[in-house]
Amino acid sequence: MAYNSMDLAAFKDVWVFCEQREGKLMPTDFELISEGRKLADELGVKLCGLLLGDNVEGLSKELAGYGADKIILCESPLLKYYTTDAYAKVICDAIEELKPEVFLIGASNIGRDLGPRCAARLHTGLCADCTHLDVDVPKYLDFLRASSTLDIDNMKFDMEDRNLKMTRPAFGGHLMATIICPRFRPAMATVRPGVMRRAEFDQKKADAVEIVRPTVKLTAEDMHTEVVEVVKAAKKIVDLVGADFIVSVGRGISKNVEQGIKLAEDLAEALGGVVGGSRAVIDNGWLSADHQVGQTGKTVHPKVYIALGISGAIQHKAGMQDSECIIAVNTNESAPIFEIADYGICGDLFKVTPMLTEAIKAQKAAKQ
Amino acid sequence: MKIIVCVKQVPDTSGKVAVNPDGTLNRASMQTITNPDDMNAVEAALKLKDETGCKVVVVSMGPPPAMGMLRELLAMGADEGVLISGREFGGSDTYATSQIIAAGINHIGLEKDDIVMCGRQAIDGDTAQVGPQIAEKLHLPQVTYAAKIEKTGDTLTIQRMLEDGYMTIKVKTPCLITCIKELNEPRYMSVGGVFESFNKPITVFDFNTLKDDPLIDLTTIGLKGSPTNIFKSFTPPPKGVGQMLEGADKATCDGLAEILAAKHII
Repeated sequence: MAYNSMDLAAFKDVWVFCEQREGKLMPTDFELISEGRKLADELGVKLCGLLLGDNVEGLSKELAGYGADKIILCESPLLKYYTTDAYAKVICDAIEELKPEVFLIGASNIGRDLGPRCAARLHTGLCADCTHLDVDVPKYLDFLRASSTLDIDNMKFDMEDRNLKMTRPAFGGHLMATIICPRFRPAMATVRPGVMRRAEFDQKKADAVEIVRPTVKLTAEDMHTEVVEVVKAAKKIVDLVGADFIVSVGRGISKNVEQGIKLAEDLAEALGGVVGGSRAVIDNGWLSADHQVGQTGKTVHPKVYIALGISGAIQHKAGMQDSECIIAVNTNESAPIFEIADYGICGDLFKVTPMLTEAIKAQKAAKQ
Repeated sequence: MKIIVCVKQVPDTSGKVAVNPDGTLNRASMQTITNPDDMNAVEAALKLKDETGCKVVVVSMGPPPAMGMLRELLAMGADEGVLISGREFGGSDTYATSQIIAAGINHIGLEKDDIVMCGRQAIDGDTAQVGPQIAEKLHLPQVTYAAKIEKTGDTLTIQRMLEDGYMTIKVKTPCLITCIKELNEPRYMSVGGVFESFNKPITVFDFNTLKDDPLIDLTTIGLKGSPTNIFKSFTPPPKGVGQMLEGADKATCDGLAEILAAKHII
């Protein structure tokens, strides 16, 4: 058996991988630090931010301000850009030395490259794209009461169970599964960006940051890939996760894709929001992948989510049902989207959308 | 040189999905397809075959019906199929799955100029974990989210997508690449290809085939060997029913905008 199954009690502390790109932290880092804080408190252990890079010590305070007790800082010119080999080696070395019991990673394209590589090397379990995490059983049961159809009160649970309970959607959001990793440590999870709520920044915690520097044993020979260039997309990235207003289009725009998208853009502009799309729209290449809302796309909770011509497959609903107000326009009155819509209009999006845009513009103008 | 492509047969979750009363997926009532990202991996391999004449081997782990999927991929142009199938492998999580597939690849034999390709992720689990875990088990360098692949000699230049752009990465064979939809447009089977596919071999690897590989140990494969276990699975409750508005005309839209303004939503 692998080394880490021998003495689970030797593993302590919650770690969060703090991803930085070009010296800037990712928004998900703060979400994970905030969530990690809660888990560390439930476990009665410390929360550590694991920060890798070249000359990135300056980021430590910011992470501490959101709740990290300690920053585990690994610096080397070889860690300037993310490479699987270098990051996995330094992280696995640190984990073997310092033995955390929980390790969280943001489910970015980088986190989803790094997480499985590390879990395979450490012989431990990794749960992908988690949307909810618990340690305390009573809290987990509260979550199940609110989020499942299970008859919780007639089920038996071990109330002393201290395993990390990692919940994620499966089968395109049709099912939810809670995963545990009872025999190995650390229990690892990648966590969906945009799901966990960010805590308030605390300047006192930021100033009290403690930095630990494990020895970085890394040479160029450890790295088998070479980063030739890093290119930022020229077009503006759609910030769906941070948007207050999202107008999303679905298969319903198929009869005139260009016009459908234009109408959605006009409505989004009137609201001061952005345009999103369902899986069908992205799969057909009508909008680029960064617009995708849903199980395989982004999870959003804007103030207003307007679904135009979206039937509301569970995989889509999984990504937007926590929006504060959902408005749906669809020609099919039995479309599942209407089951979760606060306001439904059964009609043709090509006719309704321009009228709605004008009506919203008029209301906004009247308020000024 | 050969390319080993890992593929998975999945329920088509983009269509109607049936859930049993006990909360498990009613697979029997659902269509199966080749996982979409895996099709891009197959196409990438076939493109390299077109350029270099290399061999393409498609490998899948799953129950016997996955044989039909492998036959279709042979009809697209792949040369050989391998189905890894056995009761001992059932219930494996991503870790255990990657151990078994890595052992299967060891059994096929990985040479210095070979490439392993996978889809980014499968639509049933959406984990994107098996590719990188196979790479780790085979000690191969990995490049995930490949949107463009160029090969010169033993060096691959790969555009690896990030949320805010991309990285260009150079890697030498042998290596493992996971492919995304932006990489290519998968080709269709040809009529000739369908005929030829029945003369191409599909080999089944079971537990006995792979049991001597150091990666295969009953304590690290299957349901019991998986580091992760399902603690609970459940279906989300439906959200409370909202309000259908009367009509779909100007008055409806004006009314809705009024409500939003009155509630200070806009």
